Amino acid sequence: MTSTGAAVAATPAAAPTGGASEDDGARHPSVPGAPPGSSRWRQRLEIALFVTPALTLMAMFVVWPVVSAVRMSFFRWKGFGPMDDFVGLRNYEQVLTDTVFRDAVVHNLTIVGLSIAVQLPLGLLLAVLLNRRIRGRGLLRTIVFVPYVLAEVIAGVVWFQLLQPRSGLIEEILTTVGITPPDQGFLGTPDLALWTVFVVLTWKYLGLAVLLFLAGLQGVPDELYEAAQLDGASWWQTQRSVALPLLGPTIRTWAFLSMIGSLQLFDMVWILTGGGPANATTTMATYLVSQGTQRGNYGIAGAASVVLFVVAFVMALLYQVLVLRRDTADQR
Amino acid sequence: MAKRTRSAALAVLCVGVLTAAGACGGGDDSSSGGDANTITWWHNSNNEPGKGYYEQVAKDFEADNPGVDVKVTAMAHQDMVDKLAAGFQSGDVPDVYMERGGGELADHVEAGLTRDLTEDASEEIAKIAEGSLAGWQVDGKTYAIPYSVGVDGFWYNKDYFEQAGIEKTPETMSELVDVIDQLKDVGADWAPISVGAGDKWPAAHYWYFSAVRACSKDVLDASMESMDFSDPCFLRAGETVEQVIETEPFNPGFLTTPGQEGASSASGLLATGKVAMELQGHWEPGVMQGLTDDGKGLGERTGWFPFPQVEGGGGDPAGQLGGGDAWAVAETAPDVAVDFVKYLFSDEVQQGFAENDMGLPTNPAAIDSLSDPALADLVQVRDEAAYVALFFDTLFGPSVGGAMNDAIALQFAGQASAQDVVDATQQAADQEK
Repeated sequence: MTSTGAAVAATPAAAPTGGASEDDGARHPSVPGAPPGSSRWRQRLEIALFVTPALTLMAMFVVWPVVSAVRMSFFRWKGFGPMDDFVGLRNYEQVLTDTVFRDAVVHNLTIVGLSIAVQLPLGLLLAVLLNRRIRGRGLLRTIVFVPYVLAEVIAGVVWFQLLQPRSGLIEEILTTVGITPPDQGFLGTPDLALWTVFVVLTWKYLGLAVLLFLAGLQGVPDELYEAAQLDGASWWQTQRSVALPLLGPTIRTWAFLSMIGSLQLFDMVWILTGGGPANATTTMATYLVSQGTQRGNYGIAGAASVVLFVVAFVMALLYQVLVLRRDTADQR
Repeated sequence: MAKRTRSAALAVLCVGVLTAAGACGGGDDSSSGGDANTITWWHNSNNEPGKGYYEQVAKDFEADNPGVDVKVTAMAHQDMVDKLAAGFQSGDVPDVYMERGGGELADHVEAGLTRDLTEDASEEIAKIAEGSLAGWQVDGKTYAIPYSVGVDGFWYNKDYFEQAGIEKTPETMSELVDVIDQLKDVGADWAPISVGAGDKWPAAHYWYFSAVRACSKDVLDASMESMDFSDPCFLRAGETVEQVIETEPFNPGFLTTPGQEGASSASGLLATGKVAMELQGHWEPGVMQGLTDDGKGLGERTGWFPFPQVEGGGGDPAGQLGGGDAWAVAETAPDVAVDFVKYLFSDEVQQGFAENDMGLPTNPAAIDSLSDPALADLVQVRDEAAYVALFFDTLFGPSVGGAMNDAIALQFAGQASAQDVVDATQQAADQEK
């Protein structure tokens, strides 16, 4: 949608504004710089023609669901029959005081934090290593990237089987090397479940980080490396002082994607634990699915989805203003 | 000029939004089925022999009623439930569909979605045992015809019970605890009980049945009416569950074990000899058959015993917990759909239903056609039951039932007391009032 938005914004800017009011402009084509009436209409028609399909799709699949979720959040509604039991802000009160939902927010934020704290250094390390001219580099890159290509549900089911207590491959391996796995398995122990989910998520999404960082590294001109080498910098020094700073915009973009993904986390958790055990891995998205489609509390689910929207929106906005602005400012 | 362009763009946007809104909201007035001679029918027998059998049933009905067209759609159970939920939202409900009864049905009735069959199908209704029918009645009127009703109980592996030297299945809770200890002594690579606490409802069945044992029928009926769970017997139910949990009888990782999907689910563990028993509904043999390569499940080794008595409980010893499926007719359906439902309940169709092991028929004429001996035991218990209380999550509806199941799952994880379960249930019930 960004490209469409830019097109709409660009058109009025390109048209001369002058001091003329809209009616003047239409009736007096002699206003300096204004195009003749027919071409103006053509221009409008063109805009309408090009923008309408995209806007219609967006209205149907983005705006309308958002509006109806907001509407739903003010009612108590079981999913059928007339929506007429207006409860004001009670659904919001219930969501925000529900410890399960508050825990879910904490889990989401934990995943956001952990992702950046663990996947960023790990991804950078792998990208820097895979950027060197080594044998089988293409193969190694593919291996790192494969989990990301795998469908999330399939990866989830595979890991669910690998992590089965007693019979799963992972416990067998651990037992062979002398580590005693937890009695209820990694996913069945409330204290370990969220960490286990995070490990699987890291396995799944590290490939994307590596891919993006590698692409970023390709953009670092060779001359800079050469210059650094001539100055006697070691390989590590070159990476730290030359490559890393130039990778800044890529890292910031990746962190943004990672943050949004972590806030909306659903599939992997749903497959691996369903939010359990004992609500140890609920996320905002699993909460709203279990309240909405499973329990028929569509009002509460609506309120939870609005809260999720607001949290994601505010975080995205803050990130844009505080972090990404450096990158966009550079371009101007 | 710039303003003009912008307002033109805004107008376009508005038109787009309105078109979309119209497209989204426009589904309300479309009625299901179409003409008076077309019946749409959704069912969940999507495997053979059930699928083929139902196709034949539809064809037979068409042959007997010239001009009538029955459109059959078979889907997996969960798909059907999800599609029905979407159908109820948009008003596009199939003419003949499955109702699980209880609070869910009461909601549909209240919203004017389900047809009253009391008069139209009075003959059929008269044949069904009262205990089996109650779940589909609202204010004394019957809204669906139950065609398969079963009771919950323990499915067990006869070989393992024999290995442990258990000669008699447990009849009281303390006997159950003894049996668990005996099984633990011999079972080196299997656990006494599997439970799919990851799905929550399989764990919740322990609490439901303990409540049926601890509470008298009067108390249960009153609490359903008033949504009041303050009677001490509900606390007693939680304490009974606690008693079982304390023996640590469950399969490793039971807190995230699914109920029925895959070999590592609770049913799969019983079918593949990883546990000795499981508390489940009457559908268990069919589920286990689907989870083993040879399609036989536990086969000859399958045994069944009813839920043990709670010592000193106020419940009728012959009271049972169960559930089932019923055919309902949508309010928008043509009249011929009612005839079709009556045909589905006929002696002939129910006998075929029993012969194909598709469920536990409620038509007395079809009981003798059941081929599985374990199911025949179960039907006997069902028909001798003083009453069959519907699974509580169905009975109280998804909202209260869901809160109840969540709290019970927490209890299984050792993070909620018997009192917490009652409190959470009461809190959800208060919001329904």
